[in-house]
This record gives sequence, C-alpha cells and structure tokens, in this order.
Amino acid sequence: MKIALFATCIVDAMYPRTAQATVKLLERLGHEVVFPSGQACCGQMHVNSGYFKEAHAVVANHVEAFDTDDYDVAVAPSGSCVASVKHQHELVARRCGDAALEARAAVVGAKTYELSQLLTDVLGITNAAEQLGSHFPHKVTYHPSCHGMRLLRLQDRQLNLLASVGGIEMVELPEADQCCGFGGTFSMKNADVSSAMMEDKAANICGTGADLCSGGDASCLLHIGGGLSRQGSKVGTLHFAEILASTLEEPAAVNGEVMLAGGKR
Amino acid sequence: MSNNTFLGMPSLPVYGHGNLNATEPFPKAAHRELGNAQLRANLGHATHTIRDKRLKVVAELPDWEDMRDSGSAIKNATMANLPALLEQFEANFTARGGTIHWARDAQEANEIVTGLIRETGETEVVKVKSMATQEIGLNEYLEEQGIAAYETDLAELIVQLDHDKPSHILVPAIHKNRSQVREIFLREMPVVDPNLTDEPARLAEAARAHLRKKFLSAKVAVSGANFGLADTGTLTVVESEGNGRMCLTLPETLITVMGIEKLLPTWEDLEVFMQLLPRSSTGERMNPYTSLWTGVTPGDGPQNVHLVMLDNGRTAALADEFGRTALNCIRCSACMNVCPVYERTGGHAYGSTYPGPIGAILSPLMTGIKSEENNSLPYASSLCGACFDACPVKINIPEILVHLRGEDVDSKRSKLKVPSQMDLMMKGAEWAFSSGSHLNLLEKGLPLGKLAAGRSKVIKRLPGIAAGWTQSRDIPAPPNQSFRQWWAKEHHPVAAVVPGSTTTEGEQA
Repeated sequence: MKIALFATCIVDAMYPRTAQATVKLLERLGHEVVFPSGQACCGQMHVNSGYFKEAHAVVANHVEAFDTDDYDVAVAPSGSCVASVKHQHELVARRCGDAALEARAAVVGAKTYELSQLLTDVLGITNAAEQLGSHFPHKVTYHPSCHGMRLLRLQDRQLNLLASVGGIEMVELPEADQCCGFGGTFSMKNADVSSAMMEDKAANICGTGADLCSGGDASCLLHIGGGLSRQGSKVGTLHFAEILASTLEEPAAVNGEVMLAGGKR
Repeated sequence: MSNNTFLGMPSLPVYGHGNLNATEPFPKAAHRELGNAQLRANLGHATHTIRDKRLKVVAELPDWEDMRDSGSAIKNATMANLPALLEQFEANFTARGGTIHWARDAQEANEIVTGLIRETGETEVVKVKSMATQEIGLNEYLEEQGIAAYETDLAELIVQLDHDKPSHILVPAIHKNRSQVREIFLREMPVVDPNLTDEPARLAEAARAHLRKKFLSAKVAVSGANFGLADTGTLTVVESEGNGRMCLTLPETLITVMGIEKLLPTWEDLEVFMQLLPRSSTGERMNPYTSLWTGVTPGDGPQNVHLVMLDNGRTAALADEFGRTALNCIRCSACMNVCPVYERTGGHAYGSTYPGPIGAILSPLMTGIKSEENNSLPYASSLCGACFDACPVKINIPEILVHLRGEDVDSKRSKLKVPSQMDLMMKGAEWAFSSGSHLNLLEKGLPLGKLAAGRSKVIKRLPGIAAGWTQSRDIPAPPNQSFRQWWAKEHHPVAAVVPGSTTTEGEQA
C-alpha cells in the first residue's frame, strides 16, 4: 500500500521523532510511505480560535497537497488533526463560500486515518510485539486525547496497541477521559482554568507511579509534559508511535530525563 | 427612519436583555472563582456525584442513543415550524380558558407579570423554580414594584435567603455545602430552631416549616414551564420536591412565564423527553413530580390562568443557521455537570443565568455577540466535547462555540484598530501554514529556539499572550531539524519485517 504521511505541524517542527517512528512502523510492514511536500498544518488553531478567513488558506493548502491519486490512504499521528481534516475542513470551506474546496476536502477527509485507526482497522495489527516487533520495557500510563476519543471514536485502539507491546507494563490512569486542559489557544486565553485542569491531570499521572505517560496527540503531550517538567517531575511523555517503533535492537531513548524535546538524541 | 417603516417597529434582530450577560471577561471571573478553595471542593464533589449517577442510569437503556436522536429530531422539527406551532398552542390554550400574553423582551415580560399580580390586589407570590424568570430578573423587578416573591424550591430558597445568585440551572446552590446552608437558615429565617444542625433531614424540615405557611396563604403563584404541547395547549412542570405541585394547584391565580422555544408539537412527543430529562439531569429513572395543566379546570385548581410567552432574543438565536440548535436545550444541565471548565469555575464566572457550556453559546446567541462581555464566553472551553456527548438532544456545543468565536473575530474586523497579539499571531500562522515551503523556511530557525532553551533544554518564559502558557508549563527545546528536513536529507526506507513483502523507495520531498 502507498501511504501518504501527514506529519502535522507540531510533530514536523517539535517532535520529528514521532513522524520518523510512524514511517518506520509502516515501512516495517512493507508499505511505501510518501511525504507530500506541500503539506503544512490542518488549520485547527485558526478554526478553533475563530479565524475562519485565515483558516481558508491553510485548509486549501492541505487539500491541495493531499488531493491526489498518488497514494492509497493518508495517515497522521494525531487524533486532533485528523478530526480537523475529517470534520472541520468542509465546514471552513462552506463558511467561506468555497464549494469546490468543500467537495475536495470531503475526498481528502475520507481517505485520511489516525495512526491507530490505520494500524488496527486497515492493516490488521492486533499484537504489536508479534506483528511489529515492538519492545518497550517500561511502566507506562496512557491519556486518551479528547478529539480522538470523542470525534474519531478511537475507543481503545491506541491503548490495545500499547498493551500488546513486548515488555511493557501498563498502569491505568484515573479519570483518564478528563481533558488535560490544552485546548489550543484556550491554554493562553484561559490560562488559569487550563492550568487547573493540567494540574489535576499531572497529579493523576504521577499517582500511577508510571515512568511516562503516552498518548496519541503531540499537542496534549506537550501540554502535559510541559506541566510535569515545570513541577520538577521525572515523569515524561511519549507518543505511542515511538513506543510501537521501539524494538529490542533499536530501543526508544528513555534516559530518565523529562522526555520533552524532539529531535535526535 | 425611512418613510415606509412603521413607527414603533422594533429594529431587527431583537436581542435579549436581563440576566443574560457576563459583566466581566470570563478569564477574569474564572481567576477569582478558581481562588475559592471551598467552592472548588463543593463543586468537584457535587458534579462528580451527579455525573456518575447519570452515567449509571443512561447505561441501563439499550436505546439511549436512539432516544437522543428522537429528542433532537423532535426539537429540530419544532424549531423549523415554530410560528405555526405557537399559533396552534395559543388557540388550544385559549380555548380551554387560559390567557396568553406575548413578551418581546425581559422588560415587557416583567411589566405583564406585574400588571397581572396587581389585578389580583396581592403583594405576595409564591414561585416554582424557573429559569425564564431568573433570565428576566423577575424577582428583583417585583421587589422594586413592592411585590414579594418567595422561591419555594429548596435550593432556590437557600440562594434567595442568602441574597446570592444561582450558580447551576438545576442545583442552584451547588456552590454551598450543608454547613453553609445551616448558617444561612439561622441568619435569615424569621422563625427557626436555634439548635438546628447541618443534617440534611433537619435542614429540609426547617425549610418545610418555613414554606408551609407561604403555600397555604398564597393567592398567586408564578411558574416557568418545561414543555408546552401544541396539539393540546398543555403546560408541563417537572420537579422533584412537590413544592411545584403545591404552587400550581393551591393558589387562585397562576402566571407562567415560558420561552417560545419550549414547545413540542404533540402530547405523544412528551414521552421521549420524560425519559431523556430525568436521566440526564438528576440521574433519576423517573421524574418525581410531573404536573400538567391545560387552561382552567372549573372548580379545581387555579381559576385565573395566564401564560407569558417570552422571546427575549430567542428569535435572534433561531435566525442563526449555525447556532439555532442551541434552542433545543431542555435545561437538564448534563453539559455543565460533565464540563471540566464549569467544574472548576462554577456558574457565577459565566455571569448569565445560563452557565456552563450551554450558557456559553445560548447567552451570546440571545444577546448578540457584542453585548457586554458575552464575547468572552465562547472561549470558555477547551473544546473537549464532553458536553456534546452528554446532551440528551445532541446539541453540538463545541461546533457552536467555534462558530461564535468566528462571530467575535469577524465583529472586530471592520473596525479601524491596532491588531491584537492574537490577530498578529493568526496572520503570521496563516502565512506559515498555507505553504510547505513557508513552513520549511521557518523551521530552519529551529536551532535558534534550541539556543534560547540553553542547557536546561526547556523554555520557561515567553512574552505577551504566550506568557499564559509558561505561567505553569515549560516548552521543550526544539529539535535540530524538522521532520521534513530529515526526510529530504536522511530518509532511507527500512526493510520490511513482514515475510514476502517488499519495500519501495519513498518519494524524496
């Protein structure tokens, strides 16, 4: 299968290792990965901040980059960005009176998958240790991000994949379904409420005794990890793609430091 | 005014007035409420208890999702046909001996109710808990006119005795715990046992003794209504304490104030809502006291029956194609009970009678986005979507919040002004995110961020609006290069581990 990677802006710029892990997983399964070079961002920040007019150019750019027959399916390591592509792009086009873009956005949205959706529903991965060679001998808890949970209805796809990784010890996160408080520009416009939500999330994570918290959205992990780091916690955050890509031969780097930064170590 | 405009014709749209406004920006009000540790403890406990109860009773019904679809469809059909249904309701209600009054806004409604009370010669009324009369500020208006209005719902009574404002539409005193209630009773009730304890049963007993005298002496009652059934002209009040039943049956005069969106087309439709409402609001399987009345029944109950039909911005909300489903709300309060923002700030932070997620859309829809500080309400959400999942009539609250943020941004575009930091950030991001090569150019600066982070590898302080982030969160040092730079320079496909599969060279960007 020819799979187009939508890296998402935050992973592209801040967490390249998450996208590299995604590529590695798909290539390990024998698929060809392409990276449409025109891609930038899904436009969710603009839409959710009320800047529909500005969002139009961003959505148009995404649709232009991905509306081709050059690949079979598109995938992104983010529930939130995929939800935006699938649910917001048509709305933005409609509000801006761009019927042509609305039609093309629907086509792109229909063939875009979140990573755990693609792995589980399309590629039939039920056991990461056996089918992907995943090995990660650490104690991990998991935060299901809101948009993956409520807009994409991912249910336990990410969690089940993590639980099937070799050597991993999963511990349940209390009140897992509660928002971490990120919410894009909400974290700046309503910084006090956002911080209060983050603090409760961080306390629940630390209470599990896990080495790190995993999840499927770099933005939420940036938020949670940033809060944990400020509190001086040793608990880090790591995208589930990196845990799945970790093998006995090539383990993901967990050096005890707060896992915040992307890039090569 | 042009010649062909009638004198006295209201300008359109007619927005709502009264207690529908945030009087200070939400972040500022939230900051204050967050500092109240007692409030946060009370709220956290109360919302989690109701939340769990609701989840339990909703899970019992295999057709809950179908029921939500029915509720949503019935309400959408009602809104699509509202003018005809209102006329049908009026005809049926009037034929059975009731009198209907139409109020364009809060002021008109208050004047009508006052006039009706004056006609009876009474100066005291008992009240059934009602959101509509809170919205129009009826109690305060009546007080100015020399008429005393006594709330009879236990929580409303607590709030009224304390000269406070409700902070939740179903549990108005959710922000108070029982020891606070005891203090209020001891301080404010004219006759009260000085040895009153904070046991719930004792508190309820004190309230009952206080209210009984009012029920037996009141000649006039004022109520709201949960539903109006168009095909029969029937009104409905749904309550848990029996105080409503007393008010609706004992007095001679009954005056009801109901928003025009409360209609259901038929009596049969009520069965859907009598299942949706109690499970969503109190987490009960069945509502304890459901009162229905149709005009006047000779020799039984109130003989002087009035209904004030209230617009107060509802028509304006109905005219908004992206926001109108907010009018489907049946005031169950499930959305606020599951909201992580409401849970931490409480209802007072929203200013309006309608707090929480539904209030954050309903208030600005009814008043217009530019009214007082209501443009800050649509931002009072992380867009987590818990409210949409809990809503029994499937109002897509997150989508309407985003729509109203757009209304706010657009309402400021035409003005000649210095762009805000947010405007500049969004403009800059529009450039960066509307082209892969723009973003690539910008990402070449990533090592600069790494430099700024220094040896600690984190950024602890950012300027301007981004300072909101760094008040409690670090930013990681950015990587040496972006993914797209790595892809262009260093990506070499790895060999497949799946037997028999092949790997082809990926496109080099």
